[in-house]
Amino acid sequence: MYVAVKGGERAINNAHKLLAEQRRGDKDIAEIETDQIEQQLSLSVTRVMAEGSLYDRDLAALAIKQGRGDLIEAIFLMRAYRTTLPRFAFSKPIKTAEMDVSRRISATFKDLPGGQILGPTFDYTHRLLDFTLMANGEAPTEAPSGEQPVDENMPRVLDDILNYEGLIQDEPVPVDENAPVADLTREPVKFPAGRDLRLQNLSRGDEGFVLALGYSTQRGYANSHAFVGEIRYGTVSVEIEPEELGFAIDIGDIELTECETVNKFKGSKTKLPQFTRGYGLVFGQNERKAISMALVDRAMRANEMGEQIMGPAQDSQFVMEHSDNVQSTGFVEHIKLPHYVDFQGELELVRRMRAEVEERLAKSEAENGTSQPEAAE
Amino acid sequence: MEQTVKNPADGAPDYNFAYLDEQTKRMIRRALLKAVAIPGYQVPFAGREMPMPYGWGTGGVQVTAAVIGPNDTLKVIDQGADDTTNAVSIRQFFAKTAQVATTEKTAEASIIQTRHRIPEKELREDQVLVYQVPIPEPLRFLEPRETETRKMHALEEYGLMHVKLYEDIARHGHIATTYAYPVMVDDRYVMDPSPTPKFDNPKMNDMAALQLFGAGREKRIYALPPYTKVKSLDFEDHPFEVQTWEDECGMCGARDSYLDEVILDDQGNRMFVCSDTDYCAERQDAGHRGPQHHDQPLGTADRGKAAE
Repeated sequence: MYVAVKGGERAINNAHKLLAEQRRGDKDIAEIETDQIEQQLSLSVTRVMAEGSLYDRDLAALAIKQGRGDLIEAIFLMRAYRTTLPRFAFSKPIKTAEMDVSRRISATFKDLPGGQILGPTFDYTHRLLDFTLMANGEAPTEAPSGEQPVDENMPRVLDDILNYEGLIQDEPVPVDENAPVADLTREPVKFPAGRDLRLQNLSRGDEGFVLALGYSTQRGYANSHAFVGEIRYGTVSVEIEPEELGFAIDIGDIELTECETVNKFKGSKTKLPQFTRGYGLVFGQNERKAISMALVDRAMRANEMGEQIMGPAQDSQFVMEHSDNVQSTGFVEHIKLPHYVDFQGELELVRRMRAEVEERLAKSEAENGTSQPEAAE
Repeated sequence: MEQTVKNPADGAPDYNFAYLDEQTKRMIRRALLKAVAIPGYQVPFAGREMPMPYGWGTGGVQVTAAVIGPNDTLKVIDQGADDTTNAVSIRQFFAKTAQVATTEKTAEASIIQTRHRIPEKELREDQVLVYQVPIPEPLRFLEPRETETRKMHALEEYGLMHVKLYEDIARHGHIATTYAYPVMVDDRYVMDPSPTPKFDNPKMNDMAALQLFGAGREKRIYALPPYTKVKSLDFEDHPFEVQTWEDECGMCGARDSYLDEVILDDQGNRMFVCSDTDYCAERQDAGHRGPQHHDQPLGTADRGKAAE
């Protein structure tokens, strides 16, 4: 017998309680603290800050804990908190040229002014599970310091070295530091979108999505072969200039990874050939994301470069509308919400269409005396 | 049936009234005014990230947050019902952040937020119906490029849509769209009515209430001012028609409402019941009975009995 059950509110509350219980796990095991997450899962923290578009390590650690380690859930929590925050100022453009560099490498030159600085990287590790970590083995030995201090004004490979010869397309810094920059969190995106908007979209875009698209450009779904001109990772200071003050003040440091790619050249009989550029910038140390972003940025410049669009990474609307994991996960998962009203409409139509076909078949059977399935086709 | 309830006034002290800050509300209201001025036209707006997922009604929630005031009474339905999980969640959200009165009664609500249905009861001039919209662009599945679809709307170039409907008839003998059935608004814009069943399309025409549509993920708002002409697309020889049922509502015996099919067992037994729970309850209160009604008013059964 059918009885409409009204348990909605109670069921939801109980589901939330069960979720909280599962998040905590076995109570005999110490509860993880957010400062442990902040320190020891720092790459998760920076990913959540980057895609959550909010630079706050403590909140990111809290979001990771609350999201049970599901980083997209954590990013969602950050975004929902972020929208409620007032904007009290816009920073001045950060100067990555003045970055306090922890790592800086170039793949285009063996040696170069400022040197190759490896810094903390997984790149040359052997991916062998280290069972001593599981057994809470010894604390790692302290890393030795370099003999020479790192160059404070680390030359930029593209601007200071390649551009010296005019070999790479010039990208002058806008004269007006206060020129408006697009912001997709405050204005609806319209297409075609400018590069500022595209870069903002990529920087907060899903790492996996940007990675896959970047990869696709290397496999023929775009034609913009790239070299990593430079990757640098370190801290830069953020400055704001309050109107009533009239000069800039430093409000703190942020960690960034920046990648500049040197891409296939362009030129003609009358114009000197020049390499072109792709750019990636992301919170924290995330070279995978920064390189992928630079690849996709360059691919999305197809129109500007007069290139034929042949791959999804070159299609700005496609990339920008599908890069956001909070949007994607919401819409993909929403199909688990009730749809029975719509489904009822489909059921009714399919039943009606089936009845009509059956009726037609029966009629032709009666007329011909035999059933001829072919005739129905 | 739950009557209108007042909600405690100290719901979410850390957040502004109805969650959104006033600047954001102004931005949304400006978009709404433009939408009302150009019925059926999709106005881009800077949709915010909300504390519920995209696809769960963030557009409708933002529109409701922008128009709601302390004296409003809010009703939220999903699939026509007040007690579906997401409707409960959104109603609780506004009970907490706006502390407004909430109700399950269509007649007592000043704002009704809905997903997938229009209430059976005729709405009045002093009511606002807010729709949650997943894909606002009716041409999207015919043309994925936004730059193209904007042009098509601007030039009133809707041939592609008619070709699609014609192809349906050629292939299936019917226009094979049962929900989100495209409508022509005020003889100008083709509009997606949101995924309501086409059964509800005629209710949109000449409706006394203001109808507002919010698509959060796609960042679009559109509107139908009261008494706007809304016509479902069709052909002279294939006129638009709505779903019909051979059955009646098992609980209240209604034959004029949209029915949901309820599977009773694995032997093919099923019954039909009104999708609009308020409509059904009101009819039962008035003494109407369907064949499966055992004088158990809808909604009062506890879970133990349900299991029997």
